[in-house]
Amino acid sequence: MAPTDSKANEEAHWAATTRLMWTMLGIWVFFGYIIHMFVNQLNAIKIPILGFPLGFYMGAQGSLIAFVVMLFVFARKQDKIDRDHGYAED
Amino acid sequence: MATQSSGDSDFINNLGKVYGYYAGGFLAFVVLLGLLEMVGVPNKVLGYLFVFFTIAVYAIIGVLSRTAQVSEYYVAGRRVPAFYNGMATGADWMSAASFVGMAGTLFLLGYDGLAWVLGWTGGYVLVSVLVGPYLRKFGAYTVPDFLAFRFGGNFARFLGVIVLVACSFTYVTAQIFGTGIIASRFLGMQFEVAVFVGLLGILLCSMLGGMRAVTWTQIAQYIVLIVAYLVPIIILSTQHYGIPIPQLTYGNAIAEIAAREQQMVKDGLAVLCTAQACPAGSLKPHIQPFMNYSTLNFFGIIFCMMVGTASLPHILMRYFTTPSVREARQSVAWSLFFIFLLYFSAPAYAAFSKLEVYTNIIGRDVANLRPWLFEWGNLGLIQICGKNATTLADIAAACKAIAGHPGVVRLQDFVINTDVIVLSTPEIAGLPYVISGLVAAGGLAAALSTADGLLLAIANALSHDIYYKMVDPNASTVRRLTVARALLLVVAVAAAATASTRPSDILAMVGWAFSLAMAGNFPALVMGIWWKRATTTGAIAGIIAGFGLCLFYLITTRYFPQAGVDYFGMTAMTNPVTGAPLVDIAKPIAATAAQRVGWFGLNNINCGLLGMPLGFLVIYVVSLMTAAPSKEMQAYVDEIRKPRGGTVLQEK
Repeated sequence: MAPTDSKANEEAHWAATTRLMWTMLGIWVFFGYIIHMFVNQLNAIKIPILGFPLGFYMGAQGSLIAFVVMLFVFARKQDKIDRDHGYAED
Repeated sequence: MATQSSGDSDFINNLGKVYGYYAGGFLAFVVLLGLLEMVGVPNKVLGYLFVFFTIAVYAIIGVLSRTAQVSEYYVAGRRVPAFYNGMATGADWMSAASFVGMAGTLFLLGYDGLAWVLGWTGGYVLVSVLVGPYLRKFGAYTVPDFLAFRFGGNFARFLGVIVLVACSFTYVTAQIFGTGIIASRFLGMQFEVAVFVGLLGILLCSMLGGMRAVTWTQIAQYIVLIVAYLVPIIILSTQHYGIPIPQLTYGNAIAEIAAREQQMVKDGLAVLCTAQACPAGSLKPHIQPFMNYSTLNFFGIIFCMMVGTASLPHILMRYFTTPSVREARQSVAWSLFFIFLLYFSAPAYAAFSKLEVYTNIIGRDVANLRPWLFEWGNLGLIQICGKNATTLADIAAACKAIAGHPGVVRLQDFVINTDVIVLSTPEIAGLPYVISGLVAAGGLAAALSTADGLLLAIANALSHDIYYKMVDPNASTVRRLTVARALLLVVAVAAAATASTRPSDILAMVGWAFSLAMAGNFPALVMGIWWKRATTTGAIAGIIAGFGLCLFYLITTRYFPQAGVDYFGMTAMTNPVTGAPLVDIAKPIAATAAQRVGWFGLNNINCGLLGMPLGFLVIYVVSLMTAAPSKEMQAYVDEIRKPRGGTVLQEK
């Protein structure tokens, strides 16, 4: 295992964690807010077969699915960061 | 002791089996009641069986989970697996308002109602990324525990308790109110009696076993509430479109609604709301955005509900119960998945109900209305032509009295209480009463589970933070648990007594709770974890400033609008469509439930939008003006950031 308790390792771990945090917040802002600012334009697009206007669909389902997927991905990625730096739980 | 813990680990290893049998048993019970209905058992008896059977099951779980260990009582021994903790959090989260009210809100507000759906789901991203797992690593019993440790002791702890009680007490009162409404509607019980029956159910679940008992009952309650929510609408979708996935089929319903809306306007059955004129009762197209909320308030609600989620103590403390930090993160993902199952179905309820109302009520001859309306009209929940829809004759007379009424129901003649949408769906679909009973049991499960979580959050803060940490740090285990239980009882009775007076603002206050939690807790929690330089003075000043500003805005706009205009430069709120002011601020303004003055047209439910940024700013500035935290404290913060190793705080 790497020298887990070195200052450098600790800082690298936190830098990677912080980077992941900002990435996640960026995606969160996109699906939580930005995409809904274009609801009128998106509503002009109809989803084939299902018939939803896309803008409405994103608010009712699309963003929600994105949030759920994000959280599972985040749990894995953060765990990988912890493992790589030797800070994961056994 | 040894036998007890091996019995416990047996139980944990067999959770899948236990809850699998439970879910199967519940479905068998529903089928059994369906058979009883077919042989002619009266509806009222079925309703009672539903409610009492489910409450009895929760109570049995609660009693079986009783405990005499402090860590079991406060954090369920930190052994709840991620998947099941997710389910428990789902039940903890989804309140009476989510179960009964959400679909109705979407029915009324159309697209704008999605602000609530988005706001009440996306916050879990913040819980997982910014706060939850770090608090788990820290190892607290309560949220104020963390504030006290990180920010120099009991003053920060005390502020944490104030924020917690301020946002949780009104919330729990609303849940008990919800149980009263559901029980009185389905069982014909008197509201005040129903409130105390609900209270009994809540206490049986939580009092003996604390967090441990609440966890295992919440999982049972989640299963009931999700089955109850999905069954009616799956049947309805199959009836309409032949496909049992309502979340996909309602796209067609939305297209039909849009076509029907145009037809209604053309036939003179509805007046379209436009920027020139938008009278009460006029048609706001279902998918048209920003007809009910201004753009600022729409996005404000999303933001405040999301950040509020990551600040509410009763949600954060659920992640104290997982075996590891890793599982805390997985658990947040599962929580949102289980919540998502309900929230992505709510818009389908709204669409199907709206289609039913627009095609089978609006435009129908007054003399020819369908009978299910009148049951709800008798409860005062549906009005037609300005009168409660009690009987056909009454309605016909009321409509005739309106000058120039065409004799068919127009959109502006029809008023429906939002609670009816979910509760009446089984009847609209022509389903047997047993499905209505199922829905009632689900609504009750939603209200009870949320009430349990909130009650525990309040009572734990009072017993652990105030009594044990501030009043008597030498108290014995027995004494601490006795005090915890006594306080739980006191808080519960106080909440039930408040609910039984039917306070008028109760539902609005649930929304306020999110903003208050956000303004008070979020900056201090996030800065405490993510910025080592945050100091005690900074955090205390930040909590007071953020929470204070939010509370000030709420109270002034709601209760003292005149003072707001006279002394604080508030201006009139405007109609989001026409831009017309809601009140003439040159004349005296009386306080009304609907907010009429404010800053920048900001809805007071969004006061966290003012308080939270101020909180962050104050913590930042004041921290830089004061001496940096000790090396020791900074090392503790480093510890919180690494999952490996024991908890930072060793609670006894």
